[in-house]
Amino acid sequence: MAAFDEMRAPDGSVRPAYAKLADWLGRVPPDVLSYRRREAEFIFRRMGITFAVYGEAEATERLIPFDIIPRILTAAEWTQLAKGLEQRVKALNAYLRDIYSKREILRAGIIPDDLVFRNPAFRPEMNCKPVPHDLYVQIAGIDVVRTDADTFYVLEDNARVPSGVSYMLENREIMLRLFPELFSGHRVAPVENYTDELLATLKSVAPPSAPGDPTVVLLTPGIYNSAYFEHSFLADKLGVELVEGRDLLVKSNVVYMRTTEGPKRVDVIYRRVDDDFLDPLMFRPDSMLGVPGLMSAYHAGNVTLANAVGTGVVDDKAVYSYMPEIVKFYLGEEPLLKNVPTWRCREEAHLKEVLDRLPELVVKETHGSGGYGMLVGPMADKKTIEVFRQKLKQAPEGFIAQPTLALSTCPTFVEEGVAPRHVDLRPFVLMGRDRVRVVPGGLTRVALKQGSLVVNSSQGGGTKDTWVLDR
Amino acid sequence: MLSRTASNLYWLSRNMERAECLARILDATHRLTSLPQAEGSTTNEWDSAIATAACAQPFKVNYEEANEETVTEFLAFSPYNPASIRNCLETARQNARAVRTALTVEMWDAINGAWHELKKFGGKKLSSDDFTQFLSFVKQASLAYDGSAYRTMLRNDAYWFSRLGILIERADATARILDVKYHVLLPAKERVGGPLDYFQWASILRSVSALTSYYWVYQESVKPWLVADLLILNRQMPRSLASCYENLSRYLDDLAQFYGRQGNSQRLARTMLTKLSNATMDDIFQSGLHEFIGNFIVDNNRLGAAITEQYLT
Repeated sequence: MAAFDEMRAPDGSVRPAYAKLADWLGRVPPDVLSYRRREAEFIFRRMGITFAVYGEAEATERLIPFDIIPRILTAAEWTQLAKGLEQRVKALNAYLRDIYSKREILRAGIIPDDLVFRNPAFRPEMNCKPVPHDLYVQIAGIDVVRTDADTFYVLEDNARVPSGVSYMLENREIMLRLFPELFSGHRVAPVENYTDELLATLKSVAPPSAPGDPTVVLLTPGIYNSAYFEHSFLADKLGVELVEGRDLLVKSNVVYMRTTEGPKRVDVIYRRVDDDFLDPLMFRPDSMLGVPGLMSAYHAGNVTLANAVGTGVVDDKAVYSYMPEIVKFYLGEEPLLKNVPTWRCREEAHLKEVLDRLPELVVKETHGSGGYGMLVGPMADKKTIEVFRQKLKQAPEGFIAQPTLALSTCPTFVEEGVAPRHVDLRPFVLMGRDRVRVVPGGLTRVALKQGSLVVNSSQGGGTKDTWVLDR
Repeated sequence: MLSRTASNLYWLSRNMERAECLARILDATHRLTSLPQAEGSTTNEWDSAIATAACAQPFKVNYEEANEETVTEFLAFSPYNPASIRNCLETARQNARAVRTALTVEMWDAINGAWHELKKFGGKKLSSDDFTQFLSFVKQASLAYDGSAYRTMLRNDAYWFSRLGILIERADATARILDVKYHVLLPAKERVGGPLDYFQWASILRSVSALTSYYWVYQESVKPWLVADLLILNRQMPRSLASCYENLSRYLDDLAQFYGRQGNSQRLARTMLTKLSNATMDDIFQSGLHEFIGNFIVDNNRLGAAITEQYLT
């Protein structure tokens, strides 16, 4: 499978955007690269930028491997991508507003009812409940992959509680520290303003009843959460309080935080806690992470939750397969970003085809994430394929299948030197009351193993700094 | 500031301070028991160490006898002792992680570094050399934390809460050492037991790292009533009860001024400070050293509870 390499054309020539980087890579001795990589790792560890892998007792805190060679996108490529992202998120938001109110898309027969109502992330509690400014997805992480010079595919929509943005910011910070000489030769669009944009977005979505300068907080499940570092990092950069459920209380449908000076009103909650745990009075009664009464304050319009409750329905991979129709239905536009052709195993004809072609396909759980529970046909041995065949026959509605895409590759510093490795990209899209903001860049994840297509950090993937050239 | 943030800062400091106090108690006890003079002593110094660390109850549940091995393990490493040195450092780092952004980089480095280093001492039983190294590592960690806080924190509520934690813990530790050893500190005419030895007094001073300070302050050989004076009333001595309360009262006043209102904890601290300022060692011996210390421990706990109620919940 010949993958598109972002630095070199098939004839070995270097693409213009990478000219200076390739030149630099040719000049810099390998031991300098190793040295800088160790330095980067040291800085990451010192800063405590770690993540937890669930189910691994011995290493509760690990570093995500960081690759020191940046990935480069041109301004033209980015502009095209950003437009598509904005369109995508607007459509996601319109879809959410619709399925929690009039459900026109169901009546039009475009989406089957059960994809909405039997989706475990669907929240009947949100039915016909207005949300401030009709906004559901204030923060989205859209995973895209590239297969050739002009084609970006969306691989996944993350509208629940997308994570990873702290790596985008820290990777840039580290690169600026370690390779100032590289930046002086390129005009790299900044990403540092992400947190300013995020704060502006969050303040813009405060409920109408909030005071002129609304109080924003970030709600975290706490230090045992795998993304806790990111939560505290963001709260710090935003200049807002990092709260846990027990720091908040609800009185007469108003949310307050407990401070050393008594209760203080809260207007916007950037929550990094899943729906299930938000309010023990409405969702899981055993939740120790939530705030009793939060949902009634939310329904009373006294607080904004970002993202809204119930947005997880669009992370579903079966819903994903309808995205082109969803874009057309709500926006009346052709989708700018491509969707990977997807077989829904819930449909008999699709299932049959998937079972026939299993060794060449990628199979994913519709509710899965993080690269868990996934089959990459061409990489799998016979036994694994048979296990999946049985799973598919038993519960076909839990799976979708896609052709194995030839993800683009980028030069990556690995054991044997600089070599191409497969990458994806998660840009972060912010939707405020005033406008949509997309910071040029995102989190590039790279599969460090040769030939591997799985970039998830939980599966041994690493990250890179992503440069959008500013011209 | 979030109450939880204040609470974590307060407990972070308390845990670091407690780890250091335990290290000093262990250090002093090891020295005392390694002296031939101790053989004739009627008290088991390892029992005293457990009593000083205020964990006789959980100790009895887990061990039959207090000796070098069991006490060292219990106070330094045991997972069954929530206040073992290891658990104190672990908890301190958890507190620190929870309020990562309220700490300066230097403070985080000090705590995180200590936590990483702690792992080196895990697992098998330590040789006595390694154990000495362990104790000095703990003291260094506490010094590094305290010093980095002192040198890098903004002087605002975050700083004051972290100081309050250290001071409440320190006052408690000093008082407990006095409480366990009060019988060797009585004035000459009221001595209980036989001839008391210099090593007991020196050991008390060592457990609060004040042996040298003693000579600077009194310029004479170690006298038990002067040891009591140094640890209770002498404000030059940073671990004395009076010094702890001078600072507790000051930082609580800073907080009250910062927030524009004061409450029970300010009143309690001021009352305690007045009591300590007006007391003389003669009065204290007169009315009973043991009772005085006992009351102090209760009052100090009460102040801790008042701070918790007023700010930390």
